[in-house]
Amino acid sequence: MATNADNVQQGLRGANRPPHAVVGSQVERDEEMFGKAFNGHVVKRFGGFLTPYRTLLIVAIFAVLGFTGTQLAIPIVIQSAFDNALELNNFDRDLLVQLSIVLAAVVALNYLFNFLQEIIVGRVAERVLFDLRRAMYAHLQRVSLSFMDRTEVGRLMSRLQGDVAALQEFLETSVFAIGDFVLITGITIVLIAYDWRLGLLTLTVVPALLLIRIIWLPRARRAFLGARESSSRMNGALAEGINGVRTVQGMSREEVNAALFEEKVDVNLKAQLKGTRYGQIMIPTIDTLTGIAMAIIIVVGGTFVLDRSLEIGVMVLFILNVQRFFDPIRALTMQYSIMQRAMASGQRIFEVLDVPVEVEDKADAIKLEKTDGSVEFRNVTFGYNRDQPVLQDVSFKVNPGETVALVGPTGSGKSTTMSLIHRFYDVWDGEVMVGGHNVKDCTQESLGHEIAMVLQEPYLFSGTILENIKYRREDATREEVVEAARAVGAHEFIMKLPDGYETELEQRGGNLSLGQRQLISFARAIVADAKILVLDEATANIDSYTEMLIQQALARLLQNRTGMVIAHRLATIRGADRIIVLQDGKIIEEGNHDQLMAEGGLYSRLYSMNYASFDDIPDELIQAAIEGDEDKVT
Amino acid sequence: MAISTTIIAAVFMLLIPQLLGGAINDAVDFLDDANADRDDVRRELLITGLLLFGASVARGVFTMAHNYMGESIGQHIGYELRMAFYRKMQRMSYSYHNHVHTGDLMTRGMLDIEGVRLFVNTALLRTLLLAILIGGGTFLMIRTDVVLGLISLSFVPFVAWRAITARLKLRFGWRTLQERLSILTRVMDENLAGIRVVRAFAGQDYEMRKFNRVSDQAQAMANELIGIRVRNTTFMTFAFFTAVVAVLWVGGLKVIDGEIKAGTLTQFLAFMFILQMPVRQLGMMVNGFARTQTSGTRLFEILDLDPVIKDKPDAKPIAINEGVLRFEHVDFSFMDEFGDERILRDVSFEARPGHTIGIVGPPGSGKSTLAHLVPRFYDVTGGRITIDGQDIRDVQLESLRHVVGVVQQDTFMFTSSIENNVAYGDPWAETETIHRATTQAQLHDWVRRLPRDYQTLVGERGVSLSGGQRQRLSIARSLMLKPKFIIFDDSTAAIDAATEQRIRAALKEITNERAVIIISHRLSSLMHANEILFIEKGEILERGSHEELIALGGHYHDLYELQIRPGDDAVEHLGSAADAPTSSGSDEAEDADGN
Repeated sequence: MATNADNVQQGLRGANRPPHAVVGSQVERDEEMFGKAFNGHVVKRFGGFLTPYRTLLIVAIFAVLGFTGTQLAIPIVIQSAFDNALELNNFDRDLLVQLSIVLAAVVALNYLFNFLQEIIVGRVAERVLFDLRRAMYAHLQRVSLSFMDRTEVGRLMSRLQGDVAALQEFLETSVFAIGDFVLITGITIVLIAYDWRLGLLTLTVVPALLLIRIIWLPRARRAFLGARESSSRMNGALAEGINGVRTVQGMSREEVNAALFEEKVDVNLKAQLKGTRYGQIMIPTIDTLTGIAMAIIIVVGGTFVLDRSLEIGVMVLFILNVQRFFDPIRALTMQYSIMQRAMASGQRIFEVLDVPVEVEDKADAIKLEKTDGSVEFRNVTFGYNRDQPVLQDVSFKVNPGETVALVGPTGSGKSTTMSLIHRFYDVWDGEVMVGGHNVKDCTQESLGHEIAMVLQEPYLFSGTILENIKYRREDATREEVVEAARAVGAHEFIMKLPDGYETELEQRGGNLSLGQRQLISFARAIVADAKILVLDEATANIDSYTEMLIQQALARLLQNRTGMVIAHRLATIRGADRIIVLQDGKIIEEGNHDQLMAEGGLYSRLYSMNYASFDDIPDELIQAAIEGDEDKVT
Repeated sequence: MAISTTIIAAVFMLLIPQLLGGAINDAVDFLDDANADRDDVRRELLITGLLLFGASVARGVFTMAHNYMGESIGQHIGYELRMAFYRKMQRMSYSYHNHVHTGDLMTRGMLDIEGVRLFVNTALLRTLLLAILIGGGTFLMIRTDVVLGLISLSFVPFVAWRAITARLKLRFGWRTLQERLSILTRVMDENLAGIRVVRAFAGQDYEMRKFNRVSDQAQAMANELIGIRVRNTTFMTFAFFTAVVAVLWVGGLKVIDGEIKAGTLTQFLAFMFILQMPVRQLGMMVNGFARTQTSGTRLFEILDLDPVIKDKPDAKPIAINEGVLRFEHVDFSFMDEFGDERILRDVSFEARPGHTIGIVGPPGSGKSTLAHLVPRFYDVTGGRITIDGQDIRDVQLESLRHVVGVVQQDTFMFTSSIENNVAYGDPWAETETIHRATTQAQLHDWVRRLPRDYQTLVGERGVSLSGGQRQRLSIARSLMLKPKFIIFDDSTAAIDAATEQRIRAALKEITNERAVIIISHRLSSLMHANEILFIEKGEILERGSHEELIALGGHYHDLYELQIRPGDDAVEHLGSAADAPTSSGSDEAEDADGN
């Protein structure tokens, strides 16, 4: 049997067909990098973010103009020194000194303006970047969960990071572009003003350069992008190799992966060198053009000088200026790409900022305080997509202190019901009441204080265990935290960790087991000290030891609290004061265990299948139970 | 080759101001001297013009060649380093990867390799170029006029010094900023990924405060960096222009005194403009050296590592006759900074073909570690593991891993098609083999319903799989290797009991002739095993068949009660407990399946 290593020896494609193998992601970028160069909406919205810095930006523009002015003035003063003070046989020592002082003054101004423009533009652009990010982040805290549900986190992160940076770059370069433009215009005017014949002749290189840049730019951009992409793919493959190293070793894929990785590294090498070629080709191009311009100045200008129709200083002025054309032209042609990128990024950013906030506090929203902890649904109809109601005309009431279990097949609307108590979404019809108030009339903040939730996936933040259990209640004392941890049986394992409660959690609590994470999220719910406790499949996915701990803790947890529980373990369900059975978004049965068993409906049919947990029942059997097909069930 | 282009490029760079100055002097000479022949001078100007043009073109071409070659050498070195790094990463043992942060490895694999690579094309060649330029320029200028030469170069030490010190400051600041930004990234990422928790606890204000705090810290650092950078670059420009003023002043006086010609003055000015850029780069070079040194050290630290687990020099491929796996008094402990923590103590058992060993125990009892010892992800610290009498440490690693299939608890999904993911261990597998494995793992029907069938993308950016689907894929993946020994490392926890039962039935044929080890905390997954080991704190406390262990009435019995009886409220509801299910869920499912 051929091992992977043998196959690699024969060459990756050497076997009868190419392997089912790749390293790293093969996915193309799905986000548009470049948009139109100008997008009115984006510019207008972006303008809004600049308003607070209007005065500073105006100062910056003046500084840019001032700086450009001094840039133009420096060669002129030098020229003037050559032609007036150092004129042949007509030296003027005093004038030279004066002009030197003038030059010193111009240089000082140049320093001042340069400093002002750089510091203002740099800092304002940086602030705008942080402002944009903050605005977007704050908005994401309030937009409806349905938007968050359908948007990948990675995508939002790239808006919060990459896209804001593109706008920052745009702002920064735009201000300097004004300076570049003025500088080119200024140089043109100066050259023509001093000698229009030589000026026009020298300036012929400019359109040539522009033309070359315009032809070169899109190709070069493609090459640069290609280099960047190949490099990010290569690094993606490297990251994958490190993250998946256990699987790689377990499957003995080292040889194949190294060969595939080598292909990527090779592609990257070629792409990088291609990018370099494109970048470097501009150097001899610009040098050739500079050479032409200088040759023109020397030969033609020199002839003019010989004819005494041109002063030497002007020639020096030309020589000093001719080298300075190229930078601003390069910057200006780049500006076009930057604008395209900024518009595409801006569009994505404002798309996020324009997502309407569906669930909003009313102006006169009341603050819930010390409610009795009752929950009531009155004829609630709700769905995520139009025309597809998930809950239909659901009504029930949970009395203070009561524990109610929701039961039903997958997709029956259990989790949706839980989300509505917390007003994650607004109902289409009917009312959700918490503590006797419609949730729409309460502030979301105070609603959050009344309800604590434990979700199926325990989600922890990086930070210490203590911080995670406190979470939002920063004022909670250490004693409260320890007490909560004891109550859920987490104290013991926490104390075994190297730093106890001060142990830093890795990302998403990676250094704890799933069960331990869930125990911590239970403790977090206790510290939140809310009247209503919502458990959304909180004990699914954990091992039976941890579950045992939680089972024991549940009774204490639910003391003096209203409990809403979705659970799969029959033990938990049976212990509830009342059971509500949902199917296809409607309540079909309601009552305590004994009542429901006596009724002989879906619940009793499912229960009598003798599974320890409803989740263990195969779909077919559930379907059969729903249809009431006794033959199939037994 | 690269060096010669560098030298030539530098020479042409120096030639240009010489030519310019010469032309101006020619013109001045002509104006000065009434007898000069106008045509001669014109011819000379023409030649100078052509030379200038030629020199410019040559300068451009050679600069390009110099840059390109540097880049090319650097990229090729980067290529070699990357491959070496990648290979090393793949070979390092579990114990290494457990302790080293992925982010840290990525930094080394990306930034440090870049750092070392840049050293070649920028630092080495560029330093040569700068040395020739500054050295040659200094020589030419000082030869022409000592005083003026020194004044022209007066900005060099200023700029170089500023460039070096500021760069150091910038580098430090930059690192701080990166750290703060990565905290900011983490805060944002965690918030968005855990947005349900944030909303559930009405934590928006709290999260906003947290964001503002880290965002403000990052912004403060960014602002400071801009300050340092701007103060620095503007000062360097200022130093340069100040030198220009001095040259004009002093040089102008010298022209007036007839010590030098106007053209020479131009030459000095042109020189200064040409030297401005390289001098700034000098600072970068110095830093480049410093950075490369750190990068290089960090990188080679890794490349010089030796994997703990590797083939012995005379290792032979494993020979399978009977197919018996034995643990003989195995001890295992992690040797690390936390000290010697005993994970397994004196574990012995034997798994023969057709036999299934079940291993159960509380979390942290060492069950998974046991699974990791067989393919030598870790080496035992006491006793030995043998396969058909051969100590697994004496055979070739690849051959060992080929016969041992560990179905991992949480397998890694590679961003690729389902087909590629299933065939991960055997990329040359035929389609039928892949389909057979997925069918056995009860994954085939689900895959068939996906929009793009077996070509559907999974992994980070593809379709997201539920825990159960991932585990089924993991099973299929291991089956592809046709291992002689199969170890299920808690790999069915997220699969519902009925499906698990179907998988077990489908695997009957395979498990009948192989040794199987099932590790699980769910009893229904392993109570059919021929022998069940109950492990706690690394020791086997009970062993025997399901019936024997139940009869024993020990830990296993308690666990059974816990899992099958409906929880501790069973005590309160003794009456209803009587009609609670007494047999396991999976047995029921088996019956249901049979119908």
